[in-house]
Amino acid sequence: MCKIFLLRLSRTAQNWPNMNNPILLIIQREFLSRVRKRTFLLVTILGPLVFAALLIVPGILASMPEEDKNIIVLDEAALIVPEKGKNEYQLEYLDPRENDLGTAKKFLGESSYDALLYIPTGENWDPDFIKNNILLFGKEDPSINMVQFLDGVVEDRLNKEKLLRNGVDPEVVAQSTTQVSIRSYTIGKDDEEDQQSATGLKMGLGYLAGVLIYFFIFLYAVMVMRGVIEEKSNRIVEVIISSVRPFQLMMGKILGIGAVGVAQFIIWVVLSGGVYFVVTNFLFPEMIATQAAAGPEGSGLNPVTGFEIYDQLRAINFPLILSGFVFYFFGGYFLYSAMFAALGSAIDQEADSQQFMMPVTVPMIIALVTAANVIQDPNGDLAFWMSMIPFTAPISMMIRLPFGIPIWEVILSGAILIVTFFAMVALASKIYRVGILMYGKKVTWKELYKWLKH
Amino acid sequence: MIKATNVTKRYSQKLALDAIDLSIPKGSVYGLLGPNGAGKTSFIRIMNQITAPDEGQVYFGDRALQPRDIARIGYLPEERGLYKKMKVGEQVLYLARLKGLSTAEAKLRAKKWFERLEMVDFWEKKVEDLSKGMAQKVQFVTTVLHEPELLIFDEPFTGFDPINTNLIKREILRLSEDGATVIFSTHRMESVEEICDHIGLINNGQVMVEGPLLDIRKRYQNGTYSFVVKEAVVHWGEGTLLQESKHHTGHSYTVKFESYPGTVVSELAAKGTLVAFEEVLPSVQDIFIEIVENGAKLAEHE
Repeated sequence: MCKIFLLRLSRTAQNWPNMNNPILLIIQREFLSRVRKRTFLLVTILGPLVFAALLIVPGILASMPEEDKNIIVLDEAALIVPEKGKNEYQLEYLDPRENDLGTAKKFLGESSYDALLYIPTGENWDPDFIKNNILLFGKEDPSINMVQFLDGVVEDRLNKEKLLRNGVDPEVVAQSTTQVSIRSYTIGKDDEEDQQSATGLKMGLGYLAGVLIYFFIFLYAVMVMRGVIEEKSNRIVEVIISSVRPFQLMMGKILGIGAVGVAQFIIWVVLSGGVYFVVTNFLFPEMIATQAAAGPEGSGLNPVTGFEIYDQLRAINFPLILSGFVFYFFGGYFLYSAMFAALGSAIDQEADSQQFMMPVTVPMIIALVTAANVIQDPNGDLAFWMSMIPFTAPISMMIRLPFGIPIWEVILSGAILIVTFFAMVALASKIYRVGILMYGKKVTWKELYKWLKH
Repeated sequence: MIKATNVTKRYSQKLALDAIDLSIPKGSVYGLLGPNGAGKTSFIRIMNQITAPDEGQVYFGDRALQPRDIARIGYLPEERGLYKKMKVGEQVLYLARLKGLSTAEAKLRAKKWFERLEMVDFWEKKVEDLSKGMAQKVQFVTTVLHEPELLIFDEPFTGFDPINTNLIKREILRLSEDGATVIFSTHRMESVEEICDHIGLINNGQVMVEGPLLDIRKRYQNGTYSFVVKEAVVHWGEGTLLQESKHHTGHSYTVKFESYPGTVVSELAAKGTLVAFEEVLPSVQDIFIEIVENGAKLAEHE
């Protein structure tokens, strides 16, 4: 298959002794006509901004201070009395001898305070009674942060109180509390150093790479299909293929649009890096640091110090992931764009493309849907087979890659992908060369199959 | 210029070309004629190497057609168009370079054509901003810019407005005078009769008749003559009157005879009333109908 392909390319070169290699000309046109469009510029420049915003905005929002809230407290149990509150929550106390819940609520309504915390006292100052009967009244719905803060304050006091009642000194407890942080390593082979594992980071990286590659493949493969339909509906296709072979036109389009993808990707990487660098170093340096530390905590993992992040980054084989990304993007893009080119040739209007696109994109969607399972067990059976099947491999393999995959698996999956790509191009070009000359025919899958055998 | 032997093309069930033999002489203006679905476009696509014949061989000049020959062919397909979003100038250069011209050469020639057809101000415009007639001119220029030795026009005059039709007819004939071989393919046989010197009639994937137009028309001459006389004629002897009309200079008659009507002519001439006498050659349309109904006649020397 590969041989035939190369033969066709070289035959092309021989038949065109002059400078104008038609495939190069087509690539050039496909590339320039897209890169010079205003929308390309717009997407390319807005892309990294949106991407950076996705990274940064949640951090900014989370760290944004809420408006100061003044809370009045009717502390009948004298539980938290001296507490002044902190940051944006200011606590002030009503005298329990002069007020009850009724007057306090009335006071809240007339005053400029935001909320009222009511701590009742039960018989014998029973902590369990108190805990169950604390009430919070707000002029608006109290924010989760406020409730959490107040919960924390009350809990802390009640814990200490209970310890004292049981004859334990809270100081002793505080000193005996231990936080454990296991540092896990992947054992190095032969003489290699053991490497610190970074499961959280790898998961994030895997997801990101998988989703990005899905996005890129889909974006550019659909672009190929649109281009084919455009040539057909403009009725220029027969003019072109009286000068070049349909195969050359199809390959030129696929390669040209692939080049657009590369250009866009390079610009994005550079711009994203630039924006990220500026933001982290000049705009919000301390915020990023806190966010980085807080990230893994939210996902149930141990807090990571800056030093450990550095260590973990070292545990990830970035050159492998980056080259894997480039390889699987191209492999996946070529595979899918060949299919999309064949589909585009079979239809006259873009609106008709839906019924054909769905079945073709299903494998990619399956790969995305199973991403969670693959990440759970990156060396399991599902992960293995998903990264061997060429239609899901680009996504599934990118998800696994950060976890360190046996190199033979990567090579095998890559080889299968390449072979499938050549086979797909051969099939697609058969459909393509028939399809581009068909007008006004509602095409069915059966029809496409017939064209294959033409 | 083009010689096809035994060319056969099959589409799933349908036989589009059934072992056809055609020969298109160098320098001719050749009408490839036949109803829709006769196989004209199938044959044209084979000449342009868009499709390959299932059997048979096509020769370009004195050797088999080769991929690089497409640079020597200019083809205006029936389904034609341009990239709408592309600028006219860029597009013309792109298509010319696909045919093997260098950018500089293409620019030079395009400039000449654009001046000639008064379309210099199109150059920087996008095709979508042109009127239909303007786009047609651009399309024509892209077909001929690489100065092909063989020009193939598939249904060239459908979709062109009358002014462009005349303009393009004129330009095509000029190219023919300069030595290009021209093929017109159309189902409207009357539209090319006046400009073709050779024709090939195709029906159901088979060549029904082929050769110099005049020879074919003579071969299908069926004893029909036209007379213009000063006074009305009532009896035509052995002849059958097909048509008559009266006008201020006299009477016109179309009459069919079994053999050359020498006696009728000399009688009328003796009376001094015969103004004009002419053999009526059948039109291509008539020949086509005749063949479909009665089968083809062989040329005499065959």
